[in-house]
Amino acid sequence: MARYVANRLAQAIMLLVIVSAIGFAILHLAPGGPLSQFAASAQMTQEDLDRVTRQLGLDRSLPIQYLDWFGRMLRGDWGRSYRDGEPVLAVISSHLGATLELMATATIIAVLLGCWIGVLGALRRYSLFDSLATVGAMIALSIPTFWFGLVTIYVFSVKLGWLPAGNRQTVGDGSPLDLLHHLIAPALVLALVETAMWGRFMRSSMLEVINQDYIRTARAKGMPEWRILTVHALRNALLPMITVGGLQFPTLLGGALVAETVFTWPGMGRLFLDSIGYRDYPVVMGILMFSAVMVLIGSLLADILYAVVDPRIRVG
Amino acid sequence: MADDTGKFGVGALHLGNPNRRQIFQLGAGAAAGWTLSGNAFAQTERPTNPPDKPRGQVIAALSQEPTVFHPLMPGIEVDQGIWWQVFSPLWFIDPDGQFVPDLAREVPTLENGGLSADGLTWKIKLRSDVKWHDGTPFTADDVKFSLELINNPDFRARSRVGHSLVKDIKVVAPDEIHWRMEAPYSPYMSILGSLTFIVPKHILEKVTDPNASPFHNAPVGTGPFRWGERVPGDHIQLNAHAGYHGKGPYVERVVFKYIPDLTVLYTQFRTGQVDYTGLQGILPNFVQEAKTLKGRKIFVSSTSSVEHIAPNLEFGALADRTVREALYLAINKQAIIDALNYGLPTQTESFVPQQAWSFQQGLPQHKYDPAKANTLLDAAGWVRGAGGVREKGGVKLEFTNSTTSGNAVREQTQQLLIQDWRAIGAAMRVNNMPAAVIWGDFWQQSKFNSVIVGVNFMLGSDPDVTPRFGSGAIPAKGGRGYNTYQYRNPEADRLLAEGAKQFDLAQRKTTYGNLQKLIRDDLAILPLFQGFIAEGVKEGLQGFRPNINMSINCWNIREWYWA
Repeated sequence: MARYVANRLAQAIMLLVIVSAIGFAILHLAPGGPLSQFAASAQMTQEDLDRVTRQLGLDRSLPIQYLDWFGRMLRGDWGRSYRDGEPVLAVISSHLGATLELMATATIIAVLLGCWIGVLGALRRYSLFDSLATVGAMIALSIPTFWFGLVTIYVFSVKLGWLPAGNRQTVGDGSPLDLLHHLIAPALVLALVETAMWGRFMRSSMLEVINQDYIRTARAKGMPEWRILTVHALRNALLPMITVGGLQFPTLLGGALVAETVFTWPGMGRLFLDSIGYRDYPVVMGILMFSAVMVLIGSLLADILYAVVDPRIRVG
Repeated sequence: MADDTGKFGVGALHLGNPNRRQIFQLGAGAAAGWTLSGNAFAQTERPTNPPDKPRGQVIAALSQEPTVFHPLMPGIEVDQGIWWQVFSPLWFIDPDGQFVPDLAREVPTLENGGLSADGLTWKIKLRSDVKWHDGTPFTADDVKFSLELINNPDFRARSRVGHSLVKDIKVVAPDEIHWRMEAPYSPYMSILGSLTFIVPKHILEKVTDPNASPFHNAPVGTGPFRWGERVPGDHIQLNAHAGYHGKGPYVERVVFKYIPDLTVLYTQFRTGQVDYTGLQGILPNFVQEAKTLKGRKIFVSSTSSVEHIAPNLEFGALADRTVREALYLAINKQAIIDALNYGLPTQTESFVPQQAWSFQQGLPQHKYDPAKANTLLDAAGWVRGAGGVREKGGVKLEFTNSTTSGNAVREQTQQLLIQDWRAIGAAMRVNNMPAAVIWGDFWQQSKFNSVIVGVNFMLGSDPDVTPRFGSGAIPAKGGRGYNTYQYRNPEADRLLAEGAKQFDLAQRKTTYGNLQKLIRDDLAILPLFQGFIAEGVKEGLQGFRPNINMSINCWNIREWYWA
């Protein structure tokens, strides 16, 4: 097992180096730069822009800039944001809490609701519920998150006035109830697609399990149906979902990016968009590395968990 | 205080003697239920008295996040919203274009001896009752430190235009400072008044790296509001500074909310979550609906930005003045204004905003006349070739036009231009790019054929456009400016040099008037209209005064209060 984990770790580190090199190259080779935003200003001349470029070290060759950045990153110095001069790790951590809060809530909703719909759909295959769930999932997966968010705001904020139109909290409030009130709409919007995905995966997994011989044997032995479902079927059907969960992070982050923009949620997704727009290289690279690490950890944990549960995996 | 206006105070020029156009604008604005300038706006408010002590809060929404709080470092317009609340300049420029003393006791002039006759010696008398937010007294040492910091080679200063001429700074007394200019430079008055905030010496002289210190994220100033807190990506809270030396502040707190999507920003204004919609305001397509909202007021005001087509004067057919004139004649400007911009902006022929003292009346007015455009091109030898595209001497009348991708109104404008210009045998192709790309080398190094762009040509309220139209300011030719048009005209250079060393307002008005005529005649730019911004405030919020001389209309939140 230790060798298996070590192998996976080595692969993960190699992947991180590759991701960083490709990310750095793409980001810096893209036209434009962090000082473009000042070009239309009546205050800065080309001479000023050139001076600031030199001061930021942006006039050096790309390999030198990369090696400098990589060396500092290994020492724990992820650089400073070009926009506000704050250390990159501080910038990321200041946005992380909001994103985790949103993603965790959406995930909890999606897992509970999605698994319930999936299990019920599998047990009542081709029933009205199953058909509605299937159609509902297709619609949810087809609706752009941005549009759904705007419709939610229009209905629940503008027309009904039940929910705030955005933001993480009311200025000057920030009580748990206020936070929850603000969380409902973005979490539900983000959870929509996730629920559909979890529902579809769970339905397939459950269908596969309930047609297995051991389920038929359990029934033949006269085991109560609820016990067959919970102890035998559900436990085994949930196994493949470990992998699904581990790989959901990028999708969830992508959805959060849109939801955060629509609901003015001060999270990492919006920070990422802003930073790309401003070509804030250190922050973009920081978020890229952070996300890559999270995806790799998620995938690694899923693999390890799977290997723990199913020893045959370790051999492969 | 406001009466103590120097020679550069020029509001009377356009307020006391408004021209017919301005009178018409004021009348039309009132009839339409909105205003075109801060002055007109003042007439629509029913003033009440401000409270005795700060009361309530203002939530101001901005579509970009302020991130630069050191007011001498590179920042964008939205950062100025914070700078104006936390810091103070020596003097500021009010909506009428007058210089109003702030940290200075009076604005230096030839008459009061603040300026020497040759414009080289500046003597500034300072207020002695000003305190920094931490209680330390403000003195002339802070001014000296600020000016020296800007010229410090290790400091990432925003701009050294004008500042680099300052030599021999002498602190004569705690409330008086003198310096010598290497050369006379009259626009410096505006640069000091609208773009230069004074920073605290007692804090910044101790930092090891002038580009990164705790001050950068918790600034200390002498302005009406003290730094409160910042939740990155969400909001910045500023609290009233009780010991502020000027008028106000009348609210306890001001909260700048960052709402990146303009539709969402408008929705939050509509649902009452924000009290004021600042930069970039309300989208033109929402303005009519917004005016019907109960408990909200919508104000459309002109900005200094001039929306124009920027030709690369060294590219192909665009180098020919006749071609530029024909292209200009063939633009259906009114359609662009009415159909695409909901009739909100006003036509212009100059790079100077119409409200400025330096605006030149009587410039040739644009006429939509495709027939005349065709005649001009025919007479100049531009003959129609394959596909109806004209050419002359092997040069085809075809070019690309670029603008920021995603800017729907400009993209629609391009579609109209394609049609308009096709009718005269000119072929235009669209080549749009994201903001971070187009305004980089592509724009700065004149790699474009033509661009649709809005530019504020003014230095505060000063019409000095040496960095924009001076022949020594072409970056593509190693120049020190942003003359990306590559405009070169010896007469323009002469006028620019003359205007920058003139200190008499009447003389300057003539000089810059002649320059506007010249630029219009050369068609160095093809002006479309003067920029505008639609902003909303909740009813009952008093004191909002759009200021065309500032980059941001929430410059004076210190004067805002709830009726």
